[in-house]
Amino acid sequence: MQFGVFSVSDITADPTTGRTPSEAERIKAILAIAKKTEEVGLDVFALGEHHNPPFFSSSPTTTLGFIAARTSTLQLSTATTLITTNDPVKIAEDFAMLQHVADGRVDLMMGRGNTGPVYPWFGKDIRDGIPLAVENYQLLRRLWREDVVDWEGQYRTPLQGFTSTPRPLDGVPPFVWHGSIRSPQIAEQAAYYGDGFFHNHIFWPKEHTQRMVEFYRKRFEHYGHGSADQAIVGLGGQVFMRRNSQDAVEEFRPYFDNAPVYGHGPSLEEFSTETPLTVGSPQQVIERTLGFREYVGDYQRQLFLVDHAGVPLKTVLEQLDMLGEEVVPVLRKEFAALRPAHVPDAPTHASLVAAAGGGRDATVYAAADDVTGQARAEGAEEVEPR
Amino acid sequence: MTSTAPSTRALAVVSAGLSVPSSTRLLADRLTAASVAALEARGIGTTVEVVELREHARDLADDLVTGFANASLRAAVDTVGGADGLIAVTPIFSASYSGLFKTFFDVLDKDSLIGKPVLMGATAGTARHSLALEHEMRPLFAYLRAVVAPTAVFAASEDWAGGDATTAGLAQRIDRAAEELADLVSGRPPTAPSDSLDGPFGGTPSFEELLRGT
Repeated sequence: MQFGVFSVSDITADPTTGRTPSEAERIKAILAIAKKTEEVGLDVFALGEHHNPPFFSSSPTTTLGFIAARTSTLQLSTATTLITTNDPVKIAEDFAMLQHVADGRVDLMMGRGNTGPVYPWFGKDIRDGIPLAVENYQLLRRLWREDVVDWEGQYRTPLQGFTSTPRPLDGVPPFVWHGSIRSPQIAEQAAYYGDGFFHNHIFWPKEHTQRMVEFYRKRFEHYGHGSADQAIVGLGGQVFMRRNSQDAVEEFRPYFDNAPVYGHGPSLEEFSTETPLTVGSPQQVIERTLGFREYVGDYQRQLFLVDHAGVPLKTVLEQLDMLGEEVVPVLRKEFAALRPAHVPDAPTHASLVAAAGGGRDATVYAAADDVTGQARAEGAEEVEPR
Repeated sequence: MTSTAPSTRALAVVSAGLSVPSSTRLLADRLTAASVAALEARGIGTTVEVVELREHARDLADDLVTGFANASLRAAVDTVGGADGLIAVTPIFSASYSGLFKTFFDVLDKDSLIGKPVLMGATAGTARHSLALEHEMRPLFAYLRAVVAPTAVFAASEDWAGGDATTAGLAQRIDRAAEELADLVSGRPPTAPSDSLDGPFGGTPSFEELLRGT
């Protein structure tokens, strides 16, 4: 099972000091958080995509490319990549590129985005969210799997003889998750392709998560990808820890009370009962997290939200230390002991390459190169550099 | 929700009165009793569940902020969504239904009242507010595609005495409205439990259908 963190990249005032970090500070902080995620022994770092203040992360592959260079084992992912307003051609190119620079340590999560104005800013309409996700993702898959694509659809200019470059590393596209809080069509989409389904599992009652995962598992089996309990499920979660649970509650309360998403509403205690938010000791986080399995079954990826609502970098890094030292080692052991042998791990580049019967050079060599105008001879390996 | 035999219908009563006791609740209770009697006269038994919005004032504000109903509010929302008929009564504040009343209908799923018979009632200190029922409240339920009884019952302070000489008395208006609600409720099959189509999300189109749609 994979453990990691995900960030929405919000730039929020620290309510205890009234100070709002600059974009520059917050961007450097996210790089430090990602590096720390690997250092403390976690597996995954996932970054959101937004196109409006107070968020900075408009260009996740730039950020993830940098993180790739500063890490060696960390799996890089997104939370989420906007399949509605991005051009699927650009997603295909950006993430294949990232695969190459990161030596395959890449997967991504598709999301629709729920900020109304972002759609028109990118020439789209939020009411077309589901059809956009369906059409764009179908094209994205083809761009990664077919060297030359002829395509015509409703939402993008047609393609004739288009080759998305670079080709996926080793000829194997990155694994894709689909994230949705309450749209069963997206769970249906994930199930149809045998892709992963991720429920953000924060800010909402667990019943939403339970229903969506149950539906996805049923449909995954329906489409013949395996039994329902072999479907690939990821969950979010939100935690704040201190050794003494009362200290955690006292320290986190001002951040909770003023948080952009749920602040000025329910109390921290009420929200902790109604949603998976856990504020307390590492032991409480372990117990709560192990309980997730009881309503979604054995799952493959657990991501924690630790850096939002103005929590300062120093505190976030302390949270990561506790996750790495005290929480995740126990969760790994306990989840592994509970999981039946036929339940798979989340796919990685290595496992996808193995399933494809080995990696291959997927390069599409041009018939004539634009610089010299000379046609390439048969058999790439034998050709000397000109 | 509990299953009801075909000869039984579930009535939900939403009262937005704020004082305890409140004249809004008093009117709601009168409308309920008359509706139960009118249905009984048609051979139909009833179960009645009352949602006092005052008890959910904070839950409703929290829902506006968080986007979901907490467990206590969820029970109230389910009561209304699962009912075969709704009696909705509010005080009139500043020329319309109260903000608390509106908030409850704001957080209800927009489809949950489609085709549902509704009896409207309102209270205020003076009869000058009475058309708020027709000009404010009726359009709200029209938007939600509920089926609203033609008679809406307004009770001003003086109605609790004898009313005025030109209008039918409060008791007669209550009975007329209850008869109309009973006709609407008895003429429809009981409300089916939601998500009955092969479990949760049973109505979701298959992915082949989603692909064909694009």
